[in-house]
Formats: sequence, structure tokens, C-alpha cells
Amino acid sequence: MSAYFVLPDFLPALPEIFLLGMALVVLLISIGQKPIHRTLAFYLTQLTLLFVFVLVVGGSRTEAVYTFANMFVRDLFADFLKAMVCFSVMMTLAYSRRYLAERTAIPVGEYCALSLFATLGMMAMISANHFLPLYLGLEILSLSLYALTALNRSNAAASEAAMKYFVLGALASGFLLYGMSLIYGMTGSLNISEIAILVEYWKQNSEVMDSLPLVFGLVFIVAGLGFKMGAVPFHMWLPDVYHGAPTAATLFIAAAPKLAAFAMLARLLLGALFPLLPDWQPMLMLLAVLSMGLGNIVAVAQHNIKRMLAYSAISHMGFVLLALCSGLGTGEDPLTTMQLAYGSALFYLVAYVLATLAIFGLIMMLSRAGFESDRLEDFKGLNQRSPWLAALMMLLMLSLAGIPILVGFFAKFAVLTAVVLVGHYWLAVLAVMFSLIGAFYYLRVVKLMYFDEAPANAPPIEASVPIRILFSVNSLAILLIGIFPQTVTVICTYVADSLLFRIPLF
Amino acid sequence: MASYPLLSLAIWIPILTGLLVLATGALCKSWQPRGLALFGALLAFAVTLPLYIGFDVTSAAMQFEEFVPWIQRFNVAYRLGVDGISVWFIILNSLITMLVVLAGWKIERQAAQYHAAFLIMSGLMNGIFSALDGVLFYVFFEASLVPLYLIIGIWGGPNRVYAAIKFFLYTLLGSLLFLVALLYLFIQSGGSFDLLSWRALPLSLTEQSWIFFAFLLSFAVKVPMFPVHTWLPDAHVEAPTGGSVILAAIALKLGAYGFLRFSLPITPDASVAFSGLMIALSLIAVVYIGLVALAQTDMKKLVAYSSIAHMGFVTLGFFLFLEMSVEGALVQMISHGFVSAAMFLCIGVMYDRMHSRQIADYGGVVNTMPKFAVLFMLFSMANAGLPGTSGFVGEFKVILAAMQSNFWIAVAAASTLIFSASYTLWMYKRVIFGAVANERVQALCDISRREFLILTLLALCVLGMGVYPMPFVEVMHVSVQELLAHVALGKL
Repeated sequence: MSAYFVLPDFLPALPEIFLLGMALVVLLISIGQKPIHRTLAFYLTQLTLLFVFVLVVGGSRTEAVYTFANMFVRDLFADFLKAMVCFSVMMTLAYSRRYLAERTAIPVGEYCALSLFATLGMMAMISANHFLPLYLGLEILSLSLYALTALNRSNAAASEAAMKYFVLGALASGFLLYGMSLIYGMTGSLNISEIAILVEYWKQNSEVMDSLPLVFGLVFIVAGLGFKMGAVPFHMWLPDVYHGAPTAATLFIAAAPKLAAFAMLARLLLGALFPLLPDWQPMLMLLAVLSMGLGNIVAVAQHNIKRMLAYSAISHMGFVLLALCSGLGTGEDPLTTMQLAYGSALFYLVAYVLATLAIFGLIMMLSRAGFESDRLEDFKGLNQRSPWLAALMMLLMLSLAGIPILVGFFAKFAVLTAVVLVGHYWLAVLAVMFSLIGAFYYLRVVKLMYFDEAPANAPPIEASVPIRILFSVNSLAILLIGIFPQTVTVICTYVADSLLFRIPLF
Repeated sequence: MASYPLLSLAIWIPILTGLLVLATGALCKSWQPRGLALFGALLAFAVTLPLYIGFDVTSAAMQFEEFVPWIQRFNVAYRLGVDGISVWFIILNSLITMLVVLAGWKIERQAAQYHAAFLIMSGLMNGIFSALDGVLFYVFFEASLVPLYLIIGIWGGPNRVYAAIKFFLYTLLGSLLFLVALLYLFIQSGGSFDLLSWRALPLSLTEQSWIFFAFLLSFAVKVPMFPVHTWLPDAHVEAPTGGSVILAAIALKLGAYGFLRFSLPITPDASVAFSGLMIALSLIAVVYIGLVALAQTDMKKLVAYSSIAHMGFVTLGFFLFLEMSVEGALVQMISHGFVSAAMFLCIGVMYDRMHSRQIADYGGVVNTMPKFAVLFMLFSMANAGLPGTSGFVGEFKVILAAMQSNFWIAVAAASTLIFSASYTLWMYKRVIFGAVANERVQALCDISRREFLILTLLALCVLGMGVYPMPFVEVMHVSVQELLAHVALGKL
């Protein structure tokens, strides 16, 4: 080995490398058109994800490990989010199986391969310690998602949604890239850890060096992040994509990428641009309030449950952003408040992802070939058709509405505690008022299921027993974590710590 | 006796029985789970009796305390306990639940879910009355909305969806601000949700005022106080009989109980400072709502407005800050639990036969239902506050106390005696007396043994409490004294 070239340590990136290899294998298998190929691709994908999950969890270390010339970082934060991503993709695939099998227009093999590539993109984003892998991961994810949306290519709505998603997503990537290049221009580095130090230096010498160009770059980065998270006013793509995409793809878009977007936000704003916190916090606050307001109000007017959930997702992302902008207030010890804020944001995300998986899972369980079951009225009288499924769906809806004793309540509780801790009382009051509006449309679903009569010709629910069990376990987890939230809150705090302690300021 | 976790049993027996009823109802369609439901309710009632027998009436401290750490991250604990203020409400709640299960004996539509909803709600209500942790209280307080929402929405009348959603959103509006106040107290107290420790937490008058109003909105909706009372008539009219009974007898007490457990101990100075406002709102409820009740043509609506007026009496009693007035208000709460439950059950008895709640559809019921008419008479008199019935004791004490503090308050409060007598007895006269109004009244059959049993039990409670209120008053005496001493001392 020559002295000029040192082989990087591949071990921290082992899950990603394995995932990439398997994604290529699945892609090869998906060329085959026989049913056996489809089944093989599906199970291989699930096994791959399971194995990646094991690799991520098993190889997890408390200390952060850097590799590839500090471009790649593996810390607890990354491991936790990667494990969550793998888990939610596995759940997504399990719920989607029958849905995809019934719709012959959608190629299952491609769906699996694209899912794996999207997962790879997300994992790259989560572990990025450099703008380049961050952006590459984002693009791998985004391109896979555009393709997933358009997978049912004979469907006009899906094609339109994919087109919209592509154009707006490309615009967002452009924003992000422009912001990154401005930051690069100012600091001369693309490495996140280095940028943090350089920006801090810049801030400390603010009388000599004007930080305005940095803030200019920051604005573009926040706008790009807003797009990817689906925060108002960058939310326009979300309802159309949720609505137009096949439900299997909607579920994919609704769950795991939110985790990745959160990781990206944490890496960029907290990792690189932490010294600019006084600048980006008000921006996030504005995004949070607008998202909660618009998301909850517009969701009331929806007739399609996928569209309603899209607006609901906007409002929930608002709540996550609310937690993020509550770090660092007046008087309190900054580390304590940030711990609480980021821990609660993570907890909120976990609660949201769990509920979202189950809800879309149920929508797909109720659908059949030629029947999407995505209008609100399709849920009429579900209590008469299946009391058990209706009861679980009620738990999910109430969890999203934030009613105790479900996990959604403790998620909101944690976020509001963080907000009140830094003294933003008016923000807390606004947040609960918007939750009240939100409660209305979640309750309407309960109303449809319980108070209304089922249509006379409603066919029996076809879902298989394993999927029913999976759905039950998933939904009961919402209740159980709600009753015993201690463990998950502690894990989330711990994970948030691993992120915060690496900020040079602390 | 103290070794058993009685409060936990009172909370979890009904909830677990409810879940069991739900499960058995879903698994075997032919079997009626009502027997199981009744058994669970009886058992839950049985475990609450030792609470009274073993209660030390000389102590103002919390008794039967239980403590289990729950969410250490936020210092939330499963902390239970009762004092003289809350102990009777747990017993009342368990008793009423038992009667409601009996009253719903003939329900056919989704019977298992019906009984399960009532049992689960009963457990949650017991939780509210015994929680000593802010978050635990809030969890029970808000979770109890869900069963009631379903009860109104599934088994209610024609306009049930509107009533159910209005009920839910109104109550949620209040309790969400309550949550923000709880979080503020959590931060201010340095990370504690212990209700008892919040009593000693120093707070400035400005802070207290904000917290007081956050509490007020939550509890005022629940009581309900004028002007946030409009959800109650809708909810009552649309709810099935059992739902109305629980709503009037127990759910309305939660708000009033909240004043005693939160507003007065935690924000004593703000409570005194705003007592004028509270007294004014209470008197509006007594006088104005009393007049509104007079104009009703629907029996359930009439009793609903009468409930608001009676609860106005309760809040009036609290904010006079006199020993007699607070005790009177508490006695009034328990009495109203019996009387309003009985009134709604009586209306339910008639509604089951005639499917109408309009006063105009009735007349001369005494001719066909004499036994019923006697019992209904007793409850109407109790609702009007006749001496010798439970309704008199509380009202008398509150009026007496009001006289001590201000003559004109007493005059306005005493007008309730006229109004409640007018609307109740006038309704009674139109429904029960006179010639038989139509063929459907002619065809009525008198109450069954089951209905007789339910109403007689309540009649015994009403009369017993009216003649000998000592067991109720002696339990709450020391706790009320201690609370008022705390309020008088203040935090400033």
C-alpha cells in the first residue's frame, strides 16, 4: 500500500454497502416476469432490510465514528434513525404486498428495488457529515420516490402527481444546493464539522466580517428543508402526491422520508449552522406555526382520506418543527432545553411514523382491485363490518389527535413541555388551539366508523390473518407506548444527546 | 384494609370488566354480556364501600394513597389518594354506574359495546377523582371524553352526531389550555407534577390569574357555567338515558371538583380576586338559566337546564369561601348526582314507552302509571329542593352562607327555590296529572320490577340524605376547613 493512499475504514458503512449490493441483486431479479420472481424479489427485499436492521443495531456504538475522510459519520443518532427507517420500510412493504399483487399494472419487483434504493439514499443522508453525501443521498431518495409515485404509469392522476413531485422536488433540491454553495463560498468547506467551526469563527468576528451572506445561504437551505419536510409554505406538492400516488407509494413517502428529512435538518442546521441559531430559529417558528395552522384547517375540508392525511402530515411536521425551534430560550441551561427539545421532536416523529404506518396499512387492507378505499365515506360503518379494526383505527385517529392515553398525547406533551420551558407560552397556546381544530377531522373518521351505517353492499374485508396481526400489533403499540412512554422517551433523549454533544459549542 | 390498593381496584375493575365485556361481546354474538357488566359494576361498587368505612374523618390529609413512578423523564407518577372532598364522588360514581348498567338492560343494539363504554368510563371517572398527579388527572380527564362521545354518537337521538362532536370539542377546548397551565406549573415547580406540592408553590398574582383562567375555561365548560353551557342541553337531549344520567350525575361534577382540587389550592389569591366574577356567573346560571328552563317543552332539555342552574349553586357556594357554603355546595353536588340521575331515568322510563320527550305528548300519566308517578313526584320535589329531601340540605346551607356574606347574593340565590319549584312541578303537573291525554298514554303500562328497583334505590338515597346528611358532611368537614384555611392564607 502506498503512503499516498490510505484505504478508508469500510466497517462503519457496512449496512449501506450491503444494502447497495442487495438492491442491485433485487433489481436484477425484478427483470424476470414470472410470479416466482416477484415473490423472490419481495422476500429478498424484506430479508435484506431485516439484515441491515440487525447490522445497524448490532454495530451501534455510543461514540461517533468518522470515515471516508470525515464525510461519513456513524453515531447513535444515525443508528437510531437508520433502524427506524429500515423498520418502517419493512412495515410499508408488508402492508403493501397484497395491494401490489392485486394491481397488475404496478411491477412488484421494481417497487422493491426502488424501495431499497430509497432506503440507501435515506441512510446516506442520515450519516452524512459532508454536504456532498448529504445531497447525493437526498437525490437517490428523491429520484426513487418520483419513480415510485409514477409506478402505475397508466394512471393519469399518478403520472400528474409524479410530474408535480418531480418539478417541485427538483426546485427544492436546487434551493438546497444553492444554499450549500453559498455557505461553501463563505467558509470554503463542505464538511459539516468544519463549517460549524468556521461559521462560529465568522460570528465571533462579526464586527469585521458581515454574516449576511451566510444568512442568505441559510435562507435557501431552510427553504429546501421546508420543501422536503412538507412545511407550509413549501407544502404544495404534498397533498397531490399523497392523493395521486398508489397507496403503497403514499405510505412509503409518508413514513420513512420524514425521518430522513429530520436527520437532514439536524445535520444541516444543528450540525453545520448551529452558530446561526438565532437566525434560523425564527424561520422554523414561522414554518411551524403556518404548517400547524394551514395543515389542520385545510384538512377539515377534505373528502379523501389520503388527502386529509397529507394535510395532517403537514400539521404534524409543524409540530416537529415547533419542538426544534424551542431549543435555547431565555434563562434556562441551553443544553437541558435542547436535550428536551430534540428528544421530544424525535419522540414525536416516532409516534407519528407508527400511527401513519398503521393507518395507511388499514387503507390498503380495506382496498381491493379496482377499489382504493381512500374516500372518507368508505369508512362508514366500519364498526359493523369489523369492530376490532374499527377500534384500532379509532386508537390511531385519537393518537394523532393527541388524546391520552395514546402515544400521540405524550408526543405532544413532550413538545409542549419543551416549548413552555423556554417561555414561548403563546406558541404553546397556538399549538393547542390548532390541535383542537385537528381533533375535529380525526373525530370525523371515528364518527364515520361508529355513528354511520355501513353501505348495504359492503363486501367482506379480505385482508389475510398475518396482516391483520401485524396491523393489530402496530396499533396496540400506539396504546402500549402511550401507557408506558418512559422507555421510548429515554431512548429519544439519549439519541438526541449523541447529536447535541458533538456540537462544538457545548 | 389499608393494605389493598382500593383506589386502583376502583379504577381498574370497571375498565378491565369493560374490556372483557367488549371481548366476549365480539367473540360470541348470541350471548348477552349484561350479566357480566352488572357483576363488574357491583364488584367495583363493593370495593368503594371500604373507602368510606375506613376513612378517617378527623384528618384532612390524603388517605388510601398509592404511589408508583410512571414516567421518570417528566417526573410523572401514578399517584392516587382521596380526601374528604373526593371520597363520596367515587362511591357515587360507582353506584350510578351500577344503576346505569341496570337501566340499559334492554339495550339491543351493540349491547356489549354499550355496557363496556359505561364501565370503562366509570373507571376513568374514579381515576379523575383520585388522581393526585397533574398528568394522571389530565389523562383520565381527557380519556373519559372518548367513551361519552361514543355513547352519545352511537346510541343517541337523531341529531346525535352534532351533539357528540360539540360536546367533545367544547370540552377539549377547555382542557387543552388546562394542559398548558399544567406544563407551566411543572416548569415553575422545578419539575414536579405533584398536586399537593403545587399548593405550596409561590406564584405572583399575575401568574396565578393566568393559571386561574386556564383552569377556569376547562372547568367552566365541564360544570358547565354560563356562558359556555350551550353544549349541555344538546348533549343531554341526544344522549341515550344512561348517557344523560352519567353526564348529569358524574361528568358535571368533574368541573366543580376541579375548582376544589386545582383552582382554590393552587391559585388561592386569584380565586379570591376573581370571586366576584365567579359569583356573578353563578348567579346568572341560577336566575337566567332557571328562567330558560321554565320555557322548555322538551323534558330532557328542561332537566338539563335545571342541572346548569343547580351547578350554578355549587360554584356560588365554592366562591363564597365560607365553610358552610363550600360544604353546602359539596352536599348539593352529591344530591344533584342522585336527583338528576333519577330525573333522567324517569324520563327514560317514559321515553322507552312513548318514544317522545315532548311535554305536550303527555298528560294524565298517573292514571296508567301510579307507582311511577309516586316516585317521579319524590324526585321532582327533591329537584325543587323540598325539605326532607337531599336537594334541600345543600341549597339551604349555601343560601344561609350567602346571607352571611351579602344580602343581595342571598336573595338572588334564593330565587332558585321559586324557579326550580316552578319549572319542575309545572312539568310534573303537565305530564302526570290531568285527564289522559291520548290513546298512547292510555296504553302505558306501569314500571317493571327492574325499573322499580333502580328508582327505589335512588329514592332511598334521596330521602336518606335529606333526613340524615351527617355521614356526608362529617367526611368533608375537616378537608374543607383545611382548604379554606389555605385559601385565606394565600400565597402572596
